[in-house]
Amino acid sequence: MRETPMQRLLSFILGWGTALLLFFPIAWMVLTSFKSERDATSPNLFFTPSLDSYHEVFARADYLSFALNSVVISVGGTVVALLFAIPAAYAMAFHPTRRTRGTLLWMLSTKMLPPVGVLVPIYLLFRTAGLLDTRSGLVAIYALMNLPIVVWMLFTFYKEVPNEILEAGRMDGAKTAGEVWFLLLPLTLPGVASTGLLSLILCWNEAFWSLNLTSAGAAPLTAFIASFSSPEGLFFAKLSAASTMAVAPILVFGWFSQRQLVQGLTFGAVK
Amino acid sequence: MATLQLRDIRKSFASVEVIKGINLEIGDREFVVFVGPSGCGKSTLLRMIAGLEEITSGDLMIDGKRINRVGPADRGLAMVFQSYALYPHMTVRQNMAFALRLAGVSKAERDRKVDEAARILQLEPYLERRPKDLSGGQRQRVAIGRAIVRQPKVFLFDEPLSNLDAALRGQMRIELLRLHEELKATMIYVTHDQVEAMTMADKIVVLRAGVVEQVGTPLELYHHPANLFVAGFIGSPRMNLMPARVVKSSGTGISVALPSGPEILVPVEGAGTASGDAVTLGIRPEGLRIEPSGAIAGTVALVERLGGLTLLHVTIEGGEPVTVQIEGSDATKARDQIRLAVDPAACHLFDKAGQALPQRARHPLAA
Repeated sequence: MRETPMQRLLSFILGWGTALLLFFPIAWMVLTSFKSERDATSPNLFFTPSLDSYHEVFARADYLSFALNSVVISVGGTVVALLFAIPAAYAMAFHPTRRTRGTLLWMLSTKMLPPVGVLVPIYLLFRTAGLLDTRSGLVAIYALMNLPIVVWMLFTFYKEVPNEILEAGRMDGAKTAGEVWFLLLPLTLPGVASTGLLSLILCWNEAFWSLNLTSAGAAPLTAFIASFSSPEGLFFAKLSAASTMAVAPILVFGWFSQRQLVQGLTFGAVK
Repeated sequence: MATLQLRDIRKSFASVEVIKGINLEIGDREFVVFVGPSGCGKSTLLRMIAGLEEITSGDLMIDGKRINRVGPADRGLAMVFQSYALYPHMTVRQNMAFALRLAGVSKAERDRKVDEAARILQLEPYLERRPKDLSGGQRQRVAIGRAIVRQPKVFLFDEPLSNLDAALRGQMRIELLRLHEELKATMIYVTHDQVEAMTMADKIVVLRAGVVEQVGTPLELYHHPANLFVAGFIGSPRMNLMPARVVKSSGTGISVALPSGPEILVPVEGAGTASGDAVTLGIRPEGLRIEPSGAIAGTVALVERLGGLTLLHVTIEGGEPVTVQIEGSDATKARDQIRLAVDPAACHLFDKAGQALPQRARHPLAA
């Protein structure tokens, strides 16, 4: 179907409108981070840019240690989630039982529960197990938090793989691990990669658990931002500088992996 | 060397029994074809032999050993799937070498075996390509090659030619037969196409609704079908089947009368039939010929001219449609009034239960 000029104009406006709307807060945040604290609250677009806020933020907190925590926890959480999800999704996609559909829905339904509802029990569990303010504690909670989505996504990617290919592998002598390693993973690599990327991004941006379960030792960048919001009232320029530094790595990462992400998320849809 | 025995093999999905007690012996180097309409359980049976489907009850023996509980990888069988099921991310060489790689065979040995299989299948120029860059026929050959390199005890084929066009199908049939000669292996082949069954099989197993209807050589099934189902299923065009009544039984056979009057003497054993019994008369299309003094009168409804053969669709007195096959190109036109003579040797009689009455003389090629 050919678009009429009118439809083209409409989709142009809609597309750019949405993009700008989504981009504006980030752009504004970056802009504010270069302002002085005095200009920060004014909507003035003309100001003398300075790196003062960045200097102050660096002086007050150890950005690199927060960033390192973020990297370790996000990567760790994603790897652990994938390690559990790959076999789980394999079992559900290729050896389904009567209860598979229900299990999937149940897993997803746990995402509908507000996390604050289980904060106290999890906090107590963490305290008893000595996991408070530890990276391994956060890795565990992030892995669990993303597990339903990771399983669900892998399941849909696996569903695209014809069963006969795995059966051929079985006839060729592959055991379950061989089927997954030699056939399933290479065949669904774009899907697994985009699932991993999504999980990384979700982990990186997670704030609720990191704020509640860490104090200093294992605190990631989300806690770093938060530390600039409270004590002495709001300093928007410094807050913006901290936020910009916190989101910069994932933005750059997202930018370079966007082709992979889009490919993975539309995998199968265009087959 | 490989023989197979199936003893009362059964399969149920939930509470539905789809394979209902199959007994079968498959000899070494035999080419056995499972044939039947879709849903008859032939693919399920093959997958049970392969180990991809659990056997609910019964014994599956290879070379005398019960292998019900042995995994597919350890049964020593290779399977060619209808969809080919090639590994899309591997080259042809890697596809064919995959089983050997898993088995820990050295690279040099793998290459030697793949090259050998590629030579047999004329795949040498394509070894470094991926499946998506191959034609349907080439993919099919890779799938067969993947089976060959493993030197399996038994080859299993699940409708391997059904995705190919007619010309290629004919060619692959011949290649598979040549391969069977060359490899001297036991092969089990599933198809719904009775031409494939007739042309390739040493032994055909006709299945219907999870039950074996008849086992025999192609010509045995053609000339001595055990029942109405096999009679109707084997042979193209189909055998003409029409209701008839027993007139009398004698030493030379049974005389039956068609509803419209004509009497035909069919050379079958008559024990157990009485005059007046309702039976079904079956006549192969090539057993009818146009003859001015023929017993059956009819009107030509449609003529199919195949060049070497002419098929007449005739409505005989009483309204029954029959097909007549004539050698060569025939001048008969639609709406012609003709008379048909019957070759008694091409006739079959089936009792009320659909079971064939035994022929008095065996066909010389179906002894």
